[in-house]
Amino acid sequence: MMRDHLTEIIVFTFLFLLVSAMGFVAARWRAPRDMAHLDEWGLGGRNFGGWITWFLVGGDLYTAYTFVAVPALVFGAGAMGFFAVPYTIVIYPLVFLVLCRLWSVSHRHGYVTPADFVRNRFDSPILALLVAITGILATMPYIALQLVGIEAVLKTMGVTGESTIARHLPIIIAFAILAAYTYQSGLRAPALIAFVKDSLIYIVILVAVIYLPYKLGGWGDIFNAADAKFKASPAPGDGILLNANNQLQYITLAFGSALALFLYPHSITGVLASRNRDVIKRNMSALPAYSLLLGLIALLGYMAIAAGVKPLPGATQGSVDGNTVVPLLFDQQFPDWFAGVAYAAIGIGALVPAAIMSIAAANLFTRNIYREYLKRDATPAQEANVSKITSLVVKVGAVACIVFLDPQFSIDLQLIGGVIILQTLPAVALGLYTRWFHRTALIAGWAAGMAMGMWMLYQVANPTTGKKHFAGSAFPLSEFGFDTKKTIYVGIVAVLVNLAVAALLTLVLRAAKVADGVDHTTPDDYFADEGDPRVVPGAERDADSAREPVA
Amino acid sequence: MAAPEPEAPTSARSRAKDHSPWNWLLFIPIVVPLIPAFFNADSPRLFGFPRFYWLQLAWIILGVATTTLVYQMTKKRGDR
Repeated sequence: MMRDHLTEIIVFTFLFLLVSAMGFVAARWRAPRDMAHLDEWGLGGRNFGGWITWFLVGGDLYTAYTFVAVPALVFGAGAMGFFAVPYTIVIYPLVFLVLCRLWSVSHRHGYVTPADFVRNRFDSPILALLVAITGILATMPYIALQLVGIEAVLKTMGVTGESTIARHLPIIIAFAILAAYTYQSGLRAPALIAFVKDSLIYIVILVAVIYLPYKLGGWGDIFNAADAKFKASPAPGDGILLNANNQLQYITLAFGSALALFLYPHSITGVLASRNRDVIKRNMSALPAYSLLLGLIALLGYMAIAAGVKPLPGATQGSVDGNTVVPLLFDQQFPDWFAGVAYAAIGIGALVPAAIMSIAAANLFTRNIYREYLKRDATPAQEANVSKITSLVVKVGAVACIVFLDPQFSIDLQLIGGVIILQTLPAVALGLYTRWFHRTALIAGWAAGMAMGMWMLYQVANPTTGKKHFAGSAFPLSEFGFDTKKTIYVGIVAVLVNLAVAALLTLVLRAAKVADGVDHTTPDDYFADEGDPRVVPGAERDADSAREPVA
Repeated sequence: MAAPEPEAPTSARSRAKDHSPWNWLLFIPIVVPLIPAFFNADSPRLFGFPRFYWLQLAWIILGVATTTLVYQMTKKRGDR
């Protein structure tokens, strides 16, 4: 098996090792005075300009899993999978408005994580702890998904073995290398590697969308082939257009995913690492270039239909692994060496976000658990060290998820992850605009939203795969007693419940005059920019994030 | 830690450039892509793409144009 793919494997391995070397060198890139500081290791010195931020945030949001799973969804379900396009359009204006404020307040107070902000804004270590734990829990399966992306590629190249260990050895090696250079270089590693990743992906996709339609008889034929397939299939929800029942699901999923994505700690890390507000705003108008890429990648699913690709078998008997659709399409349609380049693009595409995610999770642990609860007087060097070690632990955990659990399980967990991270919206995103919500009400809202989200996800069944629970994010409105076949994205409903509880309880607590702590930020903080005279100087910055700047 | 609120400096107003009416334009690329009635149809096709696909890809251009316009109109000018 492997011998048939020798060229692909050589090209893949070569490019993979090349970027690994870059990862180690990155420690010296834009050389910091002192790497033993969380601002340096975890945020790249908070000094990234326009281009680096573009690649870093882009590499953050468009992951290997996106490149593999979105086309797989389009291959299987059609129009529904295209939700990724409106989703990545809606994100940028939202960030433009909201995360600029987070950048400013974080810049002035030296916050590294969203939980740092929540702690000071609402004067509530408990709320901050909830935000931190939610972030870590939601990020872990996301990292595991990156491995699912690499695995799809390896599987297509025939790099699989019989025993559990042999099958996963390449992934374990890849992640060991990733862990080593992230440990050494911090956020600088993915920032540097992202250049290579994106260059490769752009080349591959441009070639694919020009060459493949030419080979397959043109776009019209590709869409007609997909249409014919979905018309013949018995599944009710598929088709190259949406039907009356899944339009609400389409828009709520797109909107909810957009809200969730920028609450994920790794996206926030990418934004906080930029040099100033201007860099963020400029990026938000330039980053949609990736959305165009994503739309074209999604259509690879239809090309695979037109090319007659049959996905490889999945982990259990009789199932198919839809994630192998795109790698198989490349394998069939491209010369071996170019397929190797494409695989490397996907593989490296997994390393960049996995590194950023593990750094973000590690920062949350260090700032909001270690320093808050274990060692109050931690020095910046100790913080950086704890973060480095935590990032290793997080990656080991992600690998364990893939090796010992069914990868499908990681996909289900990630689904839950999106719903739970949305529950930090009132505290983090709305908190940037208003302190009207009472801290206790926010905690109650979080709990209510979580409970609602979990209950709804538990109810979602998929008759096609025979799964009774956690089989998707489309909640049938008939479960609420409506006489309809329409479905809605679970996350949206859960966050609405969260907001309703938080708002009601706020009114009650305000009426009862329950103490609400002190807001350690000022309205002015939300507009601060690079060169702000009131920024806490670097040396003191991490001594105590709650410290008030001297006016 | 519970230090008293520092007085908001008097320069706060001059730097509060977030409050621009231009920002309202950003709701266009947030709302328009979420209305399926605009794009959920096969015809007219463009280069073989059904409307569902080419129009949603066109929203990307709408998003870029709007954010670029707002960025240009709100970016800080003058002395700072």
